[in-house]
Formats: sequence, structure tokens, C-alpha cells
Amino acid sequence: MRFRVLAAVCMAAVLAVNVSCGSKGSQKEILIGEYGSLTGGIATFGISTKNGSELAFQEINAKGGVLGKQIKLLVEDDQSKPEEAGTVVTKLINQNGVSAVLGHVASSHSLAAAPICQSNQIPMISPSSTNPRVTQVGNYIFRVCFIDPFQGAVMAKFAADTLKFKKVAILVDVRSDYSVGLQTFFRQQFRQLGGEVVVEQSYSQGDSDFRAQLTAIKAANPEAVYLPGYYTEVGTIVHQARELGITVPFLGGDGWDSPKLWEIGGAAMNGCYFSNHYSTDDPNPAVQKFVADYKAKYGQVPDALAALAYDAARVLAAAIEKAGSTDGAKLRDAIGATKDFPGVTGTISINADRNAVKPAVILKVENGKYLLVETIKPEAVKL
Amino acid sequence: MTTFLQQLVNGLSLGSIYALIALGYTMVYGVLRLINFAHGDVYMVGAYVGYYLSRLLQRKEPSLASALLVMLGSMIACALLGVLIERLAYRPVRKEARLTLLITAIGVSLFIENVAQLVFGPDPKFFPSLAPRTDFRFGGMRLTSEQITVIAVSLLLMVLLRFFIMKTRTGKAMRAVSFSLDAAKLMGISTDWIISVTFALGSALAASGGVLIAMQIPKVDPLMGIPYGLKAFVAAVLGGIGSVPGAVLGGLLIGTSEVMVVGYLSSTYRDAIAFGILILVLILRPQGLLGRVHKEKV
Repeated sequence: MRFRVLAAVCMAAVLAVNVSCGSKGSQKEILIGEYGSLTGGIATFGISTKNGSELAFQEINAKGGVLGKQIKLLVEDDQSKPEEAGTVVTKLINQNGVSAVLGHVASSHSLAAAPICQSNQIPMISPSSTNPRVTQVGNYIFRVCFIDPFQGAVMAKFAADTLKFKKVAILVDVRSDYSVGLQTFFRQQFRQLGGEVVVEQSYSQGDSDFRAQLTAIKAANPEAVYLPGYYTEVGTIVHQARELGITVPFLGGDGWDSPKLWEIGGAAMNGCYFSNHYSTDDPNPAVQKFVADYKAKYGQVPDALAALAYDAARVLAAAIEKAGSTDGAKLRDAIGATKDFPGVTGTISINADRNAVKPAVILKVENGKYLLVETIKPEAVKL
Repeated sequence: MTTFLQQLVNGLSLGSIYALIALGYTMVYGVLRLINFAHGDVYMVGAYVGYYLSRLLQRKEPSLASALLVMLGSMIACALLGVLIERLAYRPVRKEARLTLLITAIGVSLFIENVAQLVFGPDPKFFPSLAPRTDFRFGGMRLTSEQITVIAVSLLLMVLLRFFIMKTRTGKAMRAVSFSLDAAKLMGISTDWIISVTFALGSALAASGGVLIAMQIPKVDPLMGIPYGLKAFVAAVLGGIGSVPGAVLGGLLIGTSEVMVVGYLSSTYRDAIAFGILILVLILRPQGLLGRVHKEKV
């Protein structure tokens, strides 16, 4: 009995806290929520994203903020677990009362959180989730990057037209919506361009021994291996592949973009290629200024995820300014109307499907540096 | 054919790691009738100790001596950790119901995992190569020195363990405790000491497994103990929990079947097949492949 009374008191206390925190941020601040993976297997994604959006809001606040208010960014960690993403976004919306949500990098995480934003009518901008299904969740979900049909096709085009490969193998992460999406679109485009996929193997995020799959790939003797995964697994896979005597280049997507890729994979990564959103080699003064500012603040070169987060944060701030309020529906319309926004990852226009249409770059891994090899424009690939 | 042989080698090297960890499960179960859920995490700590030791030694060229040093250091550290866990967590509740002990084990496991994330950091770390690398080729097959090391070291450790249990005085006492704790105590065996030795041995073997796998993969992360611990547990049950040769057989079977499934079917079925085998064996032979039936006397 005493326990029940205690439980009731606890419940009441929890509810009271919820109610008191439920009110929207103070009059002088606009609260923006961000969810990301700050720890775990894709932690550099979350950290880069956080750094990029913090830098953007810091610049905006220094110039007086938006609508005369300062922007306050609240960041939550989902520990690289998709199921946690839903929990932390619910907290951001219901407890902290944020006006808009930024995130996530990984599509599986975005897909877990998007329905929550949609049902609460809080606009969400994903800086770098490329799976098409993310923005199909509803009309409050946007992104400022290109999507997987384009990214997969770009690498297929590069492999077939520039590298002149005819036979490739694919190794896909079956537990990642992102990876499976890229696999589908790469395969389709590569076949259209006259290539052949000789073998397809799969792994699951968190696996650490890939010798069985790699031995099967080696037996098929491909000219390259398409590996649309995330950097932790990519680094270990390529390392193990070299030990098994697979010398052909590996090709990948923007999930490779992390300083950790080189740390884990090391020299095994030399000569591999991946598609990405931008290159730090871009001579555009806006890009160079961003790279310099970022380096000054965080002491490292910004990867594409930092750049996209920087763009997403600025697109959001511009939309709040244009909407003249943080009301969900008005803000949604303002984000949707974004046209020719000068981002560091290219000019951003949001299309009717709430996606950005932008060119992609192909980077080559060379002794820890990512060198720009080719830029492929959206109109160059036929989907 | 070469592909098949290569897969077989992959499977055996993975399986010998499972076997090393499974030995710890089975030995502790033998003396205490306890599934030590923290065992997989001891294995993870072993890999991390190896990581920090090899970073310390990294100034020198990779050599066999430094590899041996890393391995031994990590085994000693984990032996101490194992004894400590038993002393602090299990001994106070040893007389309580079996369920209490089991829940304590789960608690210890969660505790180690979360402290590890705090101390070592949650990001995966790259494990440097310890020994000079050479590849051996047989036809189209390729054996890395790491794979050979894994299989050879595991075999050596298992033979040593077998010798220890069968021939030495402490080993005999261990078998006596496993047969009946109370009777062993009446015969003047210091059961507390034997239980500590068992934990030390099992944890040292797990640590060697941790270093060996970290060399191969090559990365370490604080949650790496979960999948390996689970598979090794399955291996121990499959071989007959409490049976030392059973743990080795179970480990090799699970490792090889896993690799074959991934290589020839699909990685999606990797765990389904491993656990499928377990269910099948438990239906047909509940005591496991090499386990003995214990008749309960009322």
C-alpha cells in the first residue's frame, strides 16, 4: 500500500515537471531541437552535424538573431540507435517545446523520428539523410541534400563511364535503409550503362567479421566492390578485404565521410572512391570562408555532414525570418518555398517532394585526404 | 574448392575465438551452476587492455615479443578482474537462490558495459597490428599470419587447460568441486580458492580471445562483448554446458556454420542458423553434444 502511494506521488511529480516544461521557450529565444548520434558507431556524423549547426546559429545570433530573438539549439544524443531517435525527438517536442527539429544523418534514424515531427506538426529538416522515403513521411519533413536514386546513379555512372568497369560486386548493409537504397539505384543504373553486378553480399550494422562475405566476393573476381555503408564498418571491411587479397578499389557513398574512416581503414583505403555532397577543394569563397571558420572553431576540416548541417540551420533560420513566426504551418510553407539559397554545399532549392536538387562530387581517398575527382550534375544522369 | 577451404579457415578462426570464450562460461557453470553473463564483457575489457598495452609498446616495431607481452598482460589483468567480480558480486549472494545469482550476473554485465563506455569512450577504436604480418598461400587460398596465430594460440591454450584440469592438483580439486561443492568442502578442499581460480582462468581465456579478435577485425568498442558473449554462450550450451571439450566443439561448430551460411546463403540467416542448430540439439539432446546427464536425487 505504501508503495502505491509512493508511486502515485512520483507519477504526479513527473506530470508536474512535464506540464511546467511544456510551455514554449522564453520570449527572447527561439528553441530549435537537434537529434543526432553523438556516441556509438556513427558518432562522428552527429558531432559534425552538431558543430555545423552550432556554427551557423552562432553566426546568425551574432548578427542579431531572427525576428529579434536569439536562437537556442538543444541537442539530444540517440547513441547511434534508430529506436532511440524517436524517444529523444518526442522529448524535444513535448518537454522542451522546440519550434523546429534538425536531424538526422542516418536515414533509419530520420525515418524513426519523422512521423513524430509530422504528427506534432513541427517542421523537421534533415541535413543529410538521403533515402527517398524520409521526406515522403509527410509535408512537414524536408531535406537540404540530394537523394539516393541520384547518389547511387552517380557512382554507377562514374564506375561505368569514367573508370570503365564492367563487373562489380556489391556488399550492402541490410539493416540500413540508406545502404539498401543506394544498392538498388546503383545496380539499376550500372546495368543500364551496360555493366554487370557479379555478386551481391550483405552484412548487418554492428557485425565485425566480414571474411565470409569477402571470400565469396573474391571468388567472383570483380573489378570493383560497391560498398554503400557507414565508415566504421567500411574501414574494417576494406582492411579485412586487403588481408584476403582483394586489391580492387571499393566504391561508396557519403556514409564514408568521416575522419575516422582513415583511422580505422588506414592505407587499405587508398585508391577507393566515394560520392559526396561537397569538397573542401571547392574554390568558391563562401566554401573557403566556411572551411576556415570551422577550422578556427573546432580545429578540424569540416566534412560534408558539417557543411550540410550548416546549410540546414541557415535555411531554417531564413525560413523563420520569412515566415515571421515560429508557427508550425507557416514555418513549413516558408521552408518549402526556399529557392536558390546560397549554401556551401551548392545552391539549394526545395522541390515539390521537399528534397533539394544539387550536384554530387566524387572524391578519391589518398593518404588520409579526400581529393576531388569529378563533379556530376543532376541533369547528367538519367533515372 | 579453394573458396570452400578459405571459408573453412575463416570459420575455424572465428570458431576458435568462440571456443575460448565458451570455455569460461562452461568452467564457471561447472563449479557454481551459474551462467556468468558478465563473461562477454570481461572479453571486451581484455581487448581494451590489449589496445592500451599495444599503444604503450607501439614505439617499437611490431614484434612477436611485444605481441606476447600484450597478450599476457591482458590475460593477467582480466584474471584479476574475474576474481574481483566473483569476490565482490557473486560470493556475497552465493548461498541465495540461483535466480539471485543470475540477476546479479546480468547486473554486473550492464555495469561493466556502461562503465566501459564512460572510461574508454563509446567510439570504436582502431587496434594496431602487433606481430609482423606475413601471408601464406596454398593454391588460391590465403592464410594471414593473424588467422594462423588465432587458431594456433587457441589450440595451445585449450591443450594447456586440458592438461591443467586433468593432471594438476588444483585441476583435480576443480573437478571435485564441480562434482559436488559440499562433498569437496568436506574433503578439505578450499572451495573459495578453487572458485577464484576458475574465474581467473576463464577470464584469462576470454581476454586472450579478446586480443586475438581485436587483432583480426581490427577494432575495439565497449559493446563488442555482447554478440561474441552471446554466441559463445550458445556454443557452450550446444557442446554441453559444464563440459570443457564440449565448449571447444560447440565454438568451432557455431563459427564454421556461421561463416558457411554467410558465404553460401545470406548474411541475414547468420544468427538464425546458429540458433536453429542450438534449438535442434536441445530438442534431440538436451544435455548438449558432449554433456553428461545429471540425475537429480530427491
